[in-house]
Amino acid sequence: MYGKGLRSLSIATVVAVVAAFTLVFFYAPLEAEQGFLQKIFYVHVPLAIIALCGFVLGGLFAIAHLRTRDQRWDLRSYVVIHMSLIFALATLITGSIWAKGSWGHWWVWSEPTLVSFLIVFLLYATYQPLRFSIEDPERQARYASVFAITAGAFVPMNFIAVRLASQYLHPRVLGSTSNLPGPMALTFLVSLVAMALLFATLCKYELTAKSTRFKLRALRRRLAGEQAQRGARRRSAVPEPHSSPALSARVAGGGAST
Amino acid sequence: MSALVVAEIPALPLHTAGKYVAAAYIVVFAIVLIYVAIMAIRLSHIERDLGELLAMTEEEQPQDSSTAERESAPA
Repeated sequence: MYGKGLRSLSIATVVAVVAAFTLVFFYAPLEAEQGFLQKIFYVHVPLAIIALCGFVLGGLFAIAHLRTRDQRWDLRSYVVIHMSLIFALATLITGSIWAKGSWGHWWVWSEPTLVSFLIVFLLYATYQPLRFSIEDPERQARYASVFAITAGAFVPMNFIAVRLASQYLHPRVLGSTSNLPGPMALTFLVSLVAMALLFATLCKYELTAKSTRFKLRALRRRLAGEQAQRGARRRSAVPEPHSSPALSARVAGGGAST
Repeated sequence: MSALVVAEIPALPLHTAGKYVAAAYIVVFAIVLIYVAIMAIRLSHIERDLGELLAMTEEEQPQDSSTAERESAPA
């Protein structure tokens, strides 16, 4: 079911990523202050936006799970958070590389944007250990959903709090895209779409793989059950070696009458 | 034709911040590549499981047909 449309989505993703990288390196002009280093912006910022949106989406799927008790929503929530965590890791690494090139340091602890993103990342890094420490599947799904909702609500609050912070070094991107020149804004938007498509494709791959594995497991259980039933039937059809028909008739007839 | 296209492309100023930009894009590429490799391993596991299930069903079918033949045979 999840595999439907995967092929066209994959093709669209490849086209979008190639288009984005072509625009980044051969169309977007060099930024006046940062020069070529600013090209990291086209991959770092979309990764961060998609990762944060993914965390919020995971929370929304978790709400749907708690409302409907449908396990598919829990699976979606898990996959989206899992993928957002990977994107967040990529954001932290690319951001660190950019910081080293721009500020001369891999990490600046006094910068609220960096530290708040790290807090969000570490918060979600506890999602999987929490989830898999619970054995009962229903309880596991319920607790994971509660976590996803709470953490998902924390993400926008954290974002707003950082925006309200007065002292920062980190460049502001959201809200100032109108200040970007046309070619830069276009390149940024194409990169954002490409990263969103990449996120959707990887989520769909993960969902398809998980769903196929569940179906296989169910099929294996069913086949094993059928085998056991057949075995039991065969055993009951074959007469036991030391039981004679006369004895069986006697047992059926009410006991050992002489 | 391709030489013309390459000649038209502006040269990238790689000497300044090239290593940082290359590192950032390689990291993203590597993460996607690792993920695809993990998915490939999972796919091979699924294929192996499917093969096992197919073998189980094929094993069952001849037994079933021989049992049915025995049961339907006249005494």
